[in-house]
Amino acid sequence: MTKEANGAGLAKAPTGIDGLDEITAGGLPRGRPTLVIGGPGCGKTMLAAEFIVQGATRFGEPGVFMMFEETADELAANVRSLGFDLDELVRKNLVALDHVHVERSEIEETGQYDLEGLFIRLAHAIDSVGAKRVALDTLEALFSGLSDHAVLRAELRRLFRWLKDRGMTAVITAERGAETLTRFGLEEYVADCVLCLDHRVQDQVSTRRLRVVKYRGSLHGTNEYPFLIGPRGILVLPITSLRLDHDAPTGRVPTGIAGLDEMLDGKGFYRDSSVLLSGAPGTGKSSIAARLAEAACQRGERALIFSYEESAGQLVRNMRSIGTDLERWTKQGLLRIYSSRPTLQGLEQHLVLMYEAVREFQPSLVVVDPISNLTLHADDAGLKPTLMRLIDFLKQSHVTAVYTSLVSDAGEAIADTEIGVSSLMDAWLLLSNLQANGERTRALQVIKARGMPHSNQVREFVFSERGIDLVDVYVEGGRALTGRARAGAQSARAAAPGALGAGRNR
Amino acid sequence: MKGRVVSEPEQPAQAQRPEWQLRLYVAGATAKSVAALANLRRLCETHLAGRYEIEVIDLLVNPKLAAGDQILAVPTLVRKFPEPIRKIIGDLSNEERVLVGLDVKAVAR
Repeated sequence: MTKEANGAGLAKAPTGIDGLDEITAGGLPRGRPTLVIGGPGCGKTMLAAEFIVQGATRFGEPGVFMMFEETADELAANVRSLGFDLDELVRKNLVALDHVHVERSEIEETGQYDLEGLFIRLAHAIDSVGAKRVALDTLEALFSGLSDHAVLRAELRRLFRWLKDRGMTAVITAERGAETLTRFGLEEYVADCVLCLDHRVQDQVSTRRLRVVKYRGSLHGTNEYPFLIGPRGILVLPITSLRLDHDAPTGRVPTGIAGLDEMLDGKGFYRDSSVLLSGAPGTGKSSIAARLAEAACQRGERALIFSYEESAGQLVRNMRSIGTDLERWTKQGLLRIYSSRPTLQGLEQHLVLMYEAVREFQPSLVVVDPISNLTLHADDAGLKPTLMRLIDFLKQSHVTAVYTSLVSDAGEAIADTEIGVSSLMDAWLLLSNLQANGERTRALQVIKARGMPHSNQVREFVFSERGIDLVDVYVEGGRALTGRARAGAQSARAAAPGALGAGRNR
Repeated sequence: MKGRVVSEPEQPAQAQRPEWQLRLYVAGATAKSVAALANLRRLCETHLAGRYEIEVIDLLVNPKLAAGDQILAVPTLVRKFPEPIRKIIGDLSNEERVLVGLDVKAVAR
C-alpha cells in the first residue's frame, strides 16, 4: 500500500488485459479509483473481474470483488467462460467476494443513517485477503435501493476517499447516463481515470469498443479501440497507424514459384513486407497465396491462412488439385487455417481475432484471403483505417503478409477498386485473364515491388497437378504469344530448331 | 456498547424465545446508534412489552456478521421474527414509520 515512484510520474497497476495496458501506458492509476462506464451488456463486469483475477494470479495483488447486482455464484459462472476459476482463487485466499444485496421493498428508512456497514464489510473483505485491488460492480444499484440520495452521495464521496487512503487500486463500474457520463454522476467523485465501453450494432453486426475518456496525469491513447471478450478474457486491439517506424529487413522470402522469383529480382519478396494479390474471379489469387504459404512451410516456417471464402477442408482439397499439399503442413503444425464468414462479425472483431491468432501462433507468413470482402459495405468509413491497422500490426509482428483482393476484370481504375490499400503495400501483383483466339489464359504482372528491380512483363502462368508455373514469354513477330498460340509456336520451333529466337527476358 | 446479546429485564425466564426477535446492527457507540437503541427500547416497551428481545450487534467488533444480514447502512434494525425478515435503517426517530416498518400493528392486534 505504499505510493511508489511518486516523482517519476504516476504509478500504475497493470490490468493484465491484453492491449489495455498498452493504451494506458502501463495500466490503471495505482492506489486510485478508476471508473468504467458503459451501457448494459458491454463488458463492464468482465473487465472488472479480469482486473481482479489478473491482479491475484499474475501480479501478486489479491483483490476484493464487491458486487451489487450478481451473486457470487453468478459471477463465478460468468467469469468461468473467460477461463478464470474464481472459486479456486477464493479458496486460495487471493480473492474475496461479497455480494451486497439491496432491495428497496425490504427496507424502511427512518431517521439518520450512514453506510458504515458497507465500509465495514469492504474493510473486512480487504483485510481477509490482504487486498490491493478492489472492484465495485455496480455501485449505482445503491441509488435504487436507498431513497436518501443526499446521504448516499456524501457516503460515496467518503468511500472513494477511503479507498484512496487505503491505497486501493479500484475499478468502479457505472451505467452510462443520457446527459452526464454516468447515470448518477459518479464521475464527480472518481475523476482520475475514466474508461468507456461501448457495444454498437451496425448493420446487424456488433462491435465492442473501448475508449479512455480521461486519465489524469498520464498519456493515453485517445481513440476508440475495438475489443473482444474471448475465451481467454478481454482483448483490446491497441494498434494505431500513428507511427510509421517499422524496421526494413533486407532478407528475402522466395515465393515458391520459380518464375515469380525471377520477376522479383530473382529472390522473391522482402521479408516482413505486405504483398497484395489482386485479380478478377478465377485468376488464381487463392492458389498463389496458398503456394506462398506452402513454400513457407517447406522452409520450416509457420504460416497462417485466414480464409473468408472457403472452408479449411475446401481449401485443402482445391489446392491439392494443383499440387499444393496443405494438409501435410497442418498435420505437422506448421500451417493453420482459420475459416469464417466475413459477415459473422464486424470487421474490427475479425481484426481482433486475427490479432490473437497471430500472437499465439507466431507465424512468419500470413495470408488474408481476401481482404476485399471482410466487410459487407465497401463504403464503410471505418474500412480503410481498420485495414491499415491490420497491415501495420502484421508488419510490426514481423510477418510477411499476403492479401488477396477481388477486382473486376474491366482493367480500368484498378487503383480505385483496391479500397485504397494498395498504397500501403510493398508489392502488388495483378492477376488477369487474357482473352485471345477463343481461349482464356491467366497472366501475372508485378505492378510494384518497392525497393527492388522487378520485371515489367506480363507473364502467362499455368496451373497443373505439379503446381504453378510461369511460362516463358514467347515473342513472335513482335507480339507475345500466350496459350495455345504460344504452345503451337513452341512446338513448331522445337521441330525446326534455330528458326526463331525465344524472347526470353529475365 | 456491548457486542453481545442484551437481555431485556422484562423478558420472561422461559426456555421459549419471545415472539418478537429484533436485532440492531450498529457500528460503535455513535450518536445515531445510541439514539436508535433508545428509540427502539422505548417503542418496544410501549407496544411489545414482555414479548420481545433485542440483540445488539456491533459491527466494529464483529465485522463478519454484516454480510449475513446484508447490512449496508447503520443503524439497521432487523426483524428476525415474526417472519418475513424486515429491515429498517436509520436512528428509528420516527416511531410511526418504525411501527409500520415492523408491521407491529398488523401482527400485534
